[in-house]
Amino acid sequence: MQKVILEYVEEEYLEDDDEELDVDTPLISGGIVDSFSMVSLKRFIENKYNITIPDDKATPEAFDTVTKICVLVKEST
Amino acid sequence: MSNIGSYEERIKDFDWSVSERELGYKEGDVINIGWYCSDRICEMGKAGKTALIWEEHGGNEKRFTFDEVRLTSNTIGHFLKKLGIQEKDRVCLFMDKIPELYLSFLGILKIGAIAQPLFSAFGDEALFIRMENAETSAIITQKKHVSKARRIRDKLPALKHIIIVDDAGRKPLQEREVAFSLENATPIEDFEIAQTRAESPSVLHYTSGTTGQPKGVQHVHYSLISQYLTAKWALDLREDDVYWCTADPGWVTGTSYGIIGPWSLGITQCVLDTGFSAESWYKFIEKHRVSLWYSAPTAIRSLMKADNELIKKYDLSSLRHLTSVGEPLNAEAVIWSEKVFRKPFHDTYWQTETGSIMITNFPGMKVKPGSMGITFPGIKGTILDPETYEPYDEPGKVGLIAFKPGWPAMMRTYWRNEETYKAKFINGWYLSGDRSSIDKEGYFWFTGRDDDVINTGGHLVSPFEVESALLEHEAVAESAVVSKPDELNMEVVKAFVTLKPDHMPNNDTELKIMNFIRKKLSPLAMPQEIEFMDPLPKTRSGKIMRRLLHAKEWGEEIGDTSTLEEDE
Repeated sequence: MQKVILEYVEEEYLEDDDEELDVDTPLISGGIVDSFSMVSLKRFIENKYNITIPDDKATPEAFDTVTKICVLVKEST
Repeated sequence: MSNIGSYEERIKDFDWSVSERELGYKEGDVINIGWYCSDRICEMGKAGKTALIWEEHGGNEKRFTFDEVRLTSNTIGHFLKKLGIQEKDRVCLFMDKIPELYLSFLGILKIGAIAQPLFSAFGDEALFIRMENAETSAIITQKKHVSKARRIRDKLPALKHIIIVDDAGRKPLQEREVAFSLENATPIEDFEIAQTRAESPSVLHYTSGTTGQPKGVQHVHYSLISQYLTAKWALDLREDDVYWCTADPGWVTGTSYGIIGPWSLGITQCVLDTGFSAESWYKFIEKHRVSLWYSAPTAIRSLMKADNELIKKYDLSSLRHLTSVGEPLNAEAVIWSEKVFRKPFHDTYWQTETGSIMITNFPGMKVKPGSMGITFPGIKGTILDPETYEPYDEPGKVGLIAFKPGWPAMMRTYWRNEETYKAKFINGWYLSGDRSSIDKEGYFWFTGRDDDVINTGGHLVSPFEVESALLEHEAVAESAVVSKPDELNMEVVKAFVTLKPDHMPNNDTELKIMNFIRKKLSPLAMPQEIEFMDPLPKTRSGKIMRRLLHAKEWGEEIGDTSTLEEDE
């Protein structure tokens, strides 16, 4: 799961080819994914894992790293 | 005692010459914002004072004194001149909130060129439309954003230079590209600043309208007169303040009050170049002892949503005065700030076109939660009857917010679009495009836009621009874009889409379309929701009834549907 989400983030949100991401890179607080774009990332995860993440769980903190997103997916499954 | 002191005294015989005198400017003199924001402050004996504290994610920081701001902006101006950039050429700033953005802004103005700041999250199409319209000569950007410029440069014959401020030399530069490193450049001590005058063009900010492409709002160096005085009286900036304006200079707040206002007053300001998190913001205020904070309702509502216990972890006692801009500040946010910060946020109202604050809740005056405040001295504001365009005589009636033209920072034109510019004036009033009422005490109460432009998180998005981009997606046959209510951002973009026959209305299609718009225009313009609808409601003449879809989202009365081709 980590690999799938990481690849998606790299493909969709990373502009600089030289920039490297890992599962603990801060996405929201690090400015890679902004609050508007977080909606499309949430939608990808919901589609991919056939889950619904409640709005009150979809916080910038919960989406801040791939590791945290994976925890959220598991909780929502 | 606030800087403005007695409002009643200030409005008596008010004249903008009060600002001119403080700035040492007389009619006909040279006036250059770049000089006023750096060299003049040094000449006033504040060369060693900190002008900028910049911090990125992880806490790494850089500091610049006013003398360093003077030197670095000279150096950038010198570099641009060597490249052949001339007075009135448009130079686009396309960077995150890094120091080079702030310093280049002044460097561009110092050579008499026009600064064209654009939000670095803009996608290819949004960037192209604005640079094509302005016939931009050069773009200053970062390695992480250069790929966008590369993808559109062949369609931009006027673009001569792509300047990269952080190129590490790992890969060869491409056509028209040049590297510039502030750290390695030879500082230029003596620099001949352009002899710009009051009406010399300075800044070109792009803003969205209901129809047509984005408009380039052109400002002049004389705007400084309003920006200086409003920063002093409305924001209440003082000599020992540490000021934090959270706006990005890709938008007008980030230049008028994120550069020009504070630095023309010689004030220390700080910049946090990271994504939003409540904890990092509180930590930043505590670390730098921020005393004056200019933020936006969306950010304030995001803080309200965060854990209130978080605030207790940080010492925020340095905060002296809180101000807000970008969209209406709801009463709950004012009440919340009074509770947690023990002081209210003061709303300010103005626009890209007005260039400076027009209406505000002044420091030291009664704040009416939910109200925009009262007019700044020298600003004559009113509410016009939408039918007759005459001012209402009595308070409480909702109509069009309008201002008597003539304040220094007012836009001078829309770039190469004089017709649209002229249409903003009726019966001698400038029409803001917003609606409100005025109460008996002269306080304005915002009710909404007078057009279809979407204000999301304080940024204007044109439904026309999104609809045009949607039609370029392979699956989209027709679309209509409206706003929908949003707890955090006040409103967000929603698209109604009819698909072409061979495409399925499912989650994957929705996500593909969302990402398409995000990359083409910007994350702000990306529909937060797409509803598939076939057919879209239309008039008998075939025009899509956006009004009906808007009403559906806002739970409003649909109104006259007699011209509908067919019911939903």
